[in-house]
Amino acid sequence: MLRPRFIPCLLIHKGGLVKTQMFKSPKYVGDPINAIKIFNEKKADELLVLDIDATANGVEPNYNLIAKFAAECRMPVCYGGGITSAEQALRIIDLGVEKVAISAAAIENPNLLTEIAHTIGRQSVVAVLDVRKKIGLFSKGYEICTHNGKITHNLAPSTVAKTLQDAGAGEIVLNSVDCDGEMKGYDLMLAQQMREVLSVPMTVLGGAGSLSDIGALIRACGVVGAGVGSLFVFKGKYRAVLINYPTMLKRDEIFQNANV
Amino acid sequence: MIRIIDYGVGNIQAFVTMFKSLGLPAERAHTSTDLTDATKLILPGVGAFDHAMEKLNKSGMRDTLDAIVLEQQVPVLGVCVGMQMLASSSDEGVLPGLNWIPGHVRAFDNNTETAGQLPMPHMGWNDLQVNPGSKLFSGFEPQPRFYFLHSYYFDCYNKTDVAATATYGLEFPCVISKGHIHGVQCHPEKSHQFGAQLLKNFVEL
Repeated sequence: MLRPRFIPCLLIHKGGLVKTQMFKSPKYVGDPINAIKIFNEKKADELLVLDIDATANGVEPNYNLIAKFAAECRMPVCYGGGITSAEQALRIIDLGVEKVAISAAAIENPNLLTEIAHTIGRQSVVAVLDVRKKIGLFSKGYEICTHNGKITHNLAPSTVAKTLQDAGAGEIVLNSVDCDGEMKGYDLMLAQQMREVLSVPMTVLGGAGSLSDIGALIRACGVVGAGVGSLFVFKGKYRAVLINYPTMLKRDEIFQNANV
Repeated sequence: MIRIIDYGVGNIQAFVTMFKSLGLPAERAHTSTDLTDATKLILPGVGAFDHAMEKLNKSGMRDTLDAIVLEQQVPVLGVCVGMQMLASSSDEGVLPGLNWIPGHVRAFDNNTETAGQLPMPHMGWNDLQVNPGSKLFSGFEPQPRFYFLHSYYFDCYNKTDVAATATYGLEFPCVISKGHIHGVQCHPEKSHQFGAQLLKNFVEL
């Protein structure tokens, strides 16, 4: 039986591994290669590595760093950050990465995903949507943002997700800005709404504060990817850095208890 | 020497890394000369079937590959689209496959029982039902699980070529063996201890 994926999400900032809260105040949590080695030992299902500087600074992906972590990684890995062309995507796949994640460039031009899917196959194309609740007196619903939350697009997340899926995305990562680093649970309503409109696999990111939050996500959305930041790098209420990951047995138990 | 066929398609580096961590000597093969010292062959592949076949056909290695696999009987392991290339034909393209293991590659979505029912591609960790006779799985712990990432599967014409199956809407062959020719749909290079054991078993065949 296909299982939900428990996916540590590693954010790269200035060459180091960081964890943000609501996309702000990145806290240094260690060396990315070292973290990957630990997730190898813990036999993680899959990794999501996002360079949060590349798009914001308008620079190309850091191929040296990608080559280094890809060589280390013994589980499937998805890389995102600064990808704007099919050539770049192909180069990254050739470095030993299974999937590439595209956000800002795809929202600007969905045809880019068609081109990338044609080059590397749609199974390796992931679209990341940073989603946040609209603020303002009479606002309701959600909007999409890019460039680490700095640029807002007045677009409905489900519409964009469908467009990107039709364009060539083989997976959608739904990333909640409001829940990021808060460790108070996923935005289940948002995740469920998105699951209903999608025909590709979905990974939900933002908010996991306990293993039962992951269980709740699986119960609500079925076999999805559960993206996890803070929970797998911090321990305790003072957020001491300690990389952790549930065992295969524990993951199976969470899945079983979710009664999917 | 284990040779990983580098015809410009697929995640070659992941195999180099995996074999290195297993302490097994493995190198890329770019040319037909590189293939001559091969005692085991890995045929990786990602993306579209026709694209992969075309790249292999134009790599300058195709004739040598046919000779060392079909005449010298050097064991070969096709992985992901590399497995699908072992087939006779594919729903995904018009080019003929290598036809080393008789079969046709089908899209999950073309199957009336499963179309539109499940998210596509089939992505993530799934269980394998192993044919007890398969040497690729000797010494395995019960209920191995592997990482999958695909929308097409290999439909074997001869059921005796099926070494293991997985289920996603329907039960499909995910590991196949015909003599010294083997294919795996899932990714042993990225499936932790299960994948490492399978690659080790293949090398020790």
